[in-house]
Amino acid sequence: MDPALRWWQRRTGIGGMAAFFLLPNLAVFGVFVIVPLVLNFIYSLTGGSDILLPDRTFVGGAQYARLIDCDNYLQPLTCREDHFWTAVRNTTLFVLFQVSLMVTVSMITALILNRNIRGRGFFRAVFFFPVLLSPVVVGLIWRWILQRQGLLNLIVTELGLEPVVWLNDRFYAFAAAVGVSTWAHMGFYTLILLAGLQAIPRDLYEAAEMDATPSTRVFRRITLPLLGPNLAVVLVLALIRGVQIFDEAYVLTGGGPGTATMYITQYIYEVGFASLLRNPGLAAAASILMGLILVVLTLIQLWLSRRAEKAKAR
Amino acid sequence: MKTIWTTASALALMATAAAAQTTEVRVMWYSDGIEGEVIADLLSRFEEMHPEIDIVLDNVAYQVIQEQLPIQLASGDGPDIARVTNLKEQAQHFLDLRPYVADAAYWDSNFGNRLDWMRPDGSDAIPGFMTQLTLTGGFANVTLFEQAGVEIPGADATWDDWIEASRLVMENQGLPAAFAIDRSGHRISGPNASFGANYIGADGLPAQVDDGTLAFVNRLVDWTDQGLMLPEVWVSASGTTYRAAADDFINAQIPFYYSGSWQVANLSTKINDSFDWVATGSPCGDAGCSGLAGGAALVAIKYTEHPEEVAMVMDYLASEEVLREFTERTLFLPAHAGVVAAGGLNFMSDDPNVGPALSRFVEASAQTLPMADALPSWKWANVYYGALVTRVSQVMAGELSVDQARTMIDEDIADQVAAAQ
Repeated sequence: MDPALRWWQRRTGIGGMAAFFLLPNLAVFGVFVIVPLVLNFIYSLTGGSDILLPDRTFVGGAQYARLIDCDNYLQPLTCREDHFWTAVRNTTLFVLFQVSLMVTVSMITALILNRNIRGRGFFRAVFFFPVLLSPVVVGLIWRWILQRQGLLNLIVTELGLEPVVWLNDRFYAFAAAVGVSTWAHMGFYTLILLAGLQAIPRDLYEAAEMDATPSTRVFRRITLPLLGPNLAVVLVLALIRGVQIFDEAYVLTGGGPGTATMYITQYIYEVGFASLLRNPGLAAAASILMGLILVVLTLIQLWLSRRAEKAKAR
Repeated sequence: MKTIWTTASALALMATAAAAQTTEVRVMWYSDGIEGEVIADLLSRFEEMHPEIDIVLDNVAYQVIQEQLPIQLASGDGPDIARVTNLKEQAQHFLDLRPYVADAAYWDSNFGNRLDWMRPDGSDAIPGFMTQLTLTGGFANVTLFEQAGVEIPGADATWDDWIEASRLVMENQGLPAAFAIDRSGHRISGPNASFGANYIGADGLPAQVDDGTLAFVNRLVDWTDQGLMLPEVWVSASGTTYRAAADDFINAQIPFYYSGSWQVANLSTKINDSFDWVATGSPCGDAGCSGLAGGAALVAIKYTEHPEEVAMVMDYLASEEVLREFTERTLFLPAHAGVVAAGGLNFMSDDPNVGPALSRFVEASAQTLPMADALPSWKWANVYYGALVTRVSQVMAGELSVDQARTMIDEDIADQVAAAQ
């Protein structure tokens, strides 16, 4: 060992050495994560339309008060920031539907791809391919499919039916956002579940086969319990990604029709940067609230991961 | 070998020295039609005359000008020169060229009547010049009207007349909609003025939404409900997102399109001889037949490190000869008093639709109402436009009633005014 490092280790012990080696990473993390986070929090305590912090007025918790000023949280129109609560409601619904669909579809796909089917490698690649696409590309592709003169309406009219303006209908636009997001990301979760499925010992299935156990029971008694840790990770990761939904949905629907597919991230982006009615402080406060939700979800994910590791260790 | 190395080193040193003497000037530019190509050509000629200045032309989408440039400017950054449409609101970020230009009197006499649009109230700064004047107005697909056997409404036709005629064309030709207006608060403000709207209070602050505004907004909502207005443009998006319906008009999906004079080159280039089209001016309301004047300005940015070089570029681009050529090639309406006074503009297009269209816009510019004329230099115009487009879209999507929207527009505007004071 270098004499300087040896001297340092003698003075500070193992902990000090660890800190020394972590220092570069901590510096980068601090500059690109911690500092912006602190600045964002300070922004959320300021008002006015100026961007530069020194030009802004300290307003304390006024932005937070404005965000939570509501007669009835379930009716966004009774809130002072009705778009924020509309975005919260839309995001909640999106997460509920999209995560359920995502986990179900990924699970079914993983189970199929785990079987000894012909062209298994090809199908694995096919299902994973959308994950490699840029979210903007995903949004554009599906917008071309779903627009008035898009591919889907071409098929609909070929079948002798009336074309539908899919993205102008609240229900269809919401369903499209859920479906497209699922299509774009399911490959990633399928891969995690497939890894979990392949880690389950084959002899358990062979034993069940010898006992002539019905396949549904095999799934409930063997597959699901042993896949539990992976499933939990998939669930939490999908939840986090669901809360963060923005890019493909924004390109696909622009938040419309009306505000039917406006999600929290879009609200923050528009209020902070894009809107003619810009308010950086309000956007910062909204992003802090969203960050808190994500912190809770991340802690759950970490807890589940540790639990899974302990279960494997046993 | 030694000689080769020596020569190479000398050349490298010379190249470095030459590069060190070059000043880079960045220009952020967006295009509605073909003006990006025209400005690139004009600037390359400038570079030939001034090898000491290297101009980097950043051709960006209009959305970048609307959404990203304001953030850059607010943080004390940005290009050296930018083409912008949001003039008054960003005036504090523009450089006063008066101490740097070769002849300030030339600028005052040729651009003076529009300089107030782009400088703080009460200032005599020369921030830049209008690359063109624009006026909102309509376009009609003559071929579709003829095929449907529907007569194109006359010069004094009302909005109701136009939409009714367009409805007949839509039904006869099996089109998805009768008309479209760009999704923009600016675009509906001319029509609002035509129905007697007033946005500006006696104290210069935003007035509450009045019956004039609601008269046109109610019509828009009804026309959308009836399936007459193309829903993709207004209903499909949220917030203040800008959406133009030019492509729908170009693809002959709508017989009538309300946008503005800046679309002339775009329509001419893309429609070619697919169908005949005309500019219609602005349909009439109860108070008049007003469009809304405006335009894009090329402005110098205060945060530049090379104000002298920037002024040289601006002097060149604002010169009568260059601006005349720019106008003739881009098919824009000129904002230069000398060019206007000299007349005889030879618009470079063999499209027979272009000349009459530009003439119609020039005629319509005489019909604008005082409120519409005041908006381009009014500080709160964008705030009003933003609140209008956000809430009216929600009404069209069935999320709000018109009365709720009226209250919310007033609240949104009041919030913005309070935040800025």
